[in-house]
Amino acid sequence: MMITANITQESGASLPLDGEVDTRHGPILYLEDVSVSFDGFRALNHLSLYIDDGELRCLIGPNGAGKTTLMDVITGKTRPDTGEVFFGQTIDLLKMDEPAIAQAGICRKFQKPSVFDALTVFENLELALKTDKRTWPTLFSKLNGEQCERIQEVMLLIGLAGLKNQLAGILSHGQKQWLEIGMLLMQEPKVMLVDEPIAGMTHQEVERTAELLLSLQGRHSIVVVEHDMEFVRSIARKVTVLHEGSVLTEGSMDEVQNDPRVIQVYLGG
Amino acid sequence: MNFLKQDKTYASVLMALAAVTLIIPFCNLITSADSPLHFSAYSVSLIGKYLCFALLGLSLDMVWGYAGILVLGQGAFFALGGYAMGMYLMRQIGTRGVYGNPELPDFMVFLNWSELPWYWYGFENFGFAMLMVFLAPGILAFVFGWLAFRSRVTGVYLSIITQALTYALLLAFFRNEMGFGGNNGLTDFKDILGFNIQSEAVRSMMLLLTGSSLIGALLLCRWIVGSKLGRVVTAIRDQESRVRFLGYRVELFKLWVFVFAAMLAGLAGALYVPQVGIINPSEFSPLNSLEIVIWVAVGGRGTLYGAIIGAVLVNYAKTVLTGLMPDAWLFCLGGAFILVTLLLPDGIVGLLHRRIKPNLTLNASGEQPA
Ligand SMILES: Nc1ncnc2c1ncn2[C@@H]1O[C@H](COP(=O)(O)OP(=O)(O)OP(=O)(O)O)[C@@H](O)[C@H]1O
Ligand SMILES: [Mg+2]
Repeated sequence: MMITANITQESGASLPLDGEVDTRHGPILYLEDVSVSFDGFRALNHLSLYIDDGELRCLIGPNGAGKTTLMDVITGKTRPDTGEVFFGQTIDLLKMDEPAIAQAGICRKFQKPSVFDALTVFENLELALKTDKRTWPTLFSKLNGEQCERIQEVMLLIGLAGLKNQLAGILSHGQKQWLEIGMLLMQEPKVMLVDEPIAGMTHQEVERTAELLLSLQGRHSIVVVEHDMEFVRSIARKVTVLHEGSVLTEGSMDEVQNDPRVIQVYLGG
Repeated sequence: MNFLKQDKTYASVLMALAAVTLIIPFCNLITSADSPLHFSAYSVSLIGKYLCFALLGLSLDMVWGYAGILVLGQGAFFALGGYAMGMYLMRQIGTRGVYGNPELPDFMVFLNWSELPWYWYGFENFGFAMLMVFLAPGILAFVFGWLAFRSRVTGVYLSIITQALTYALLLAFFRNEMGFGGNNGLTDFKDILGFNIQSEAVRSMMLLLTGSSLIGALLLCRWIVGSKLGRVVTAIRDQESRVRFLGYRVELFKLWVFVFAAMLAGLAGALYVPQVGIINPSEFSPLNSLEIVIWVAVGGRGTLYGAIIGAVLVNYAKTVLTGLMPDAWLFCLGGAFILVTLLLPDGIVGLLHRRIKPNLTLNASGEQPA
């Protein structure tokens, strides 16, 4: 099946406006020397990570390595004890809260699929739609033709067009994963953080997810956390291995898989 | 108006409200007092009172049923609206009070006050008083909600501090020095907009006004919960933190609904006071606010009209039972609450729907954009 993601994104090469992401000098996400502790336990330990504009990065590591915590730090859910987190050159994410970070263009799919069960598939996507999210405009909001088309397009893309008016609560686990990916697309983010997207999916669904993620790279910067090595191999350009809260190594899939430290961590862990 | 076709109960409730609102005043207008079609002043005011409570229940359902904020102090906003109306009515008394003071209400003369406190200024003007009916509860809700929601106080903690809020106001309004008539409150009203408040015509007018306000409020609330804001609020109810990651400022959405509901409760209070002829601090009692929660739970939470059905039925039962066995009422109320919580989680409306359409979901937003 061909995936055609018509995700429009203006590629302004000119000077970034005030408050826009400045990626002229490379990375779109900088994490430098970030540490997070929970009751004395170091979930992230002097971690540094750089994600380039438009790159598709895979993040692997054993359970409890700190992958989800890393996403929590980037999206404002968890405040690090030390370290710096920048979006582009100029936007300090540590000064922003969750909605501000989401509106700036860093969006997230959660490890445990979290869609709104009491709303329909269509309504879930509608809530995610990139638009004015203040209270009064939301009250009077009416979808225009273009926005309806866009929701339709995403529903086709995630294979849920036939379930438009179904409550999200009755979807299968895999469908919920897709719906959440759809919600991610609706937000037209610059950076997508995708935590374990294929858990609960059938083999075929996994293949389509891989195709979709590949088709999105370049227009979006994507960070994918996944345990399934076969899946990671099918999409990865560059892989980062986390272990005990810091980066163990980075490189191509072959490089990291042959790295003795990585083998040690996975076999010994 | 699609929802009327989707959910027949809406249409039935609206029709019943319209009938009560129109037929009773109309009958009283064309029949004489001894006609069997004539409603007594007592029953007109009683029905008007039920409709005020229905409006109050509706306001709680917006904030509890849809935004998931269990407010245990909704009665405070009702009382504030009532006091704003009461202050206007007090100023209308003029020289007809016991002391005949043209400026000061009797209780101020009694306290040896020589001039009107500043916060009573303007209440002789009906328009200003009506503005205050909405602003007084609205501003309190705004300040309180801003502090609570911004510091992410939720759940039981929030419920408890709303209860504390209404209790604090109860104590404050009991004090004579507050200038709201102490424990006697405001009463002995003479007229409203120049018409005798006791007259049958005014009573009928008040019923008409209350009924139309309730119908208008129900339609407005239905429009709000069917809007995108309504869906955001439902999403917040079910998964508050997830909504933040979609870029919505959760605290502002909660604040919006909280303030809106407080203003609606204020309106209910303002309509209530002329019909019962008194407003006193007991309206702030925490027990009153708990009763509102029971109305909504009994009727069916998160359906809007359920709150109306619940408020009317519970208060009707209260009228009947307190007449029969005054001491038993609180036990009946508590018992009803326990029974509903255990056996009818979706209230009476849930029971009706289960019998009519077994697969109807709580998510009543039937119509789809596009
Ligand atoms: N809120 C929290 N309070 C206490 N400990 C936490 C909290 N969040 C995470 N941790 C701990 O931090 C460590 C890192 O957790 P994290 O969820 O980031 O791991 P992960 O790499 O995503 O693992 P998995 O592959 O199982 O999802 C774990 O040991 C976890 O128990
Ligand atoms: Mg994780």
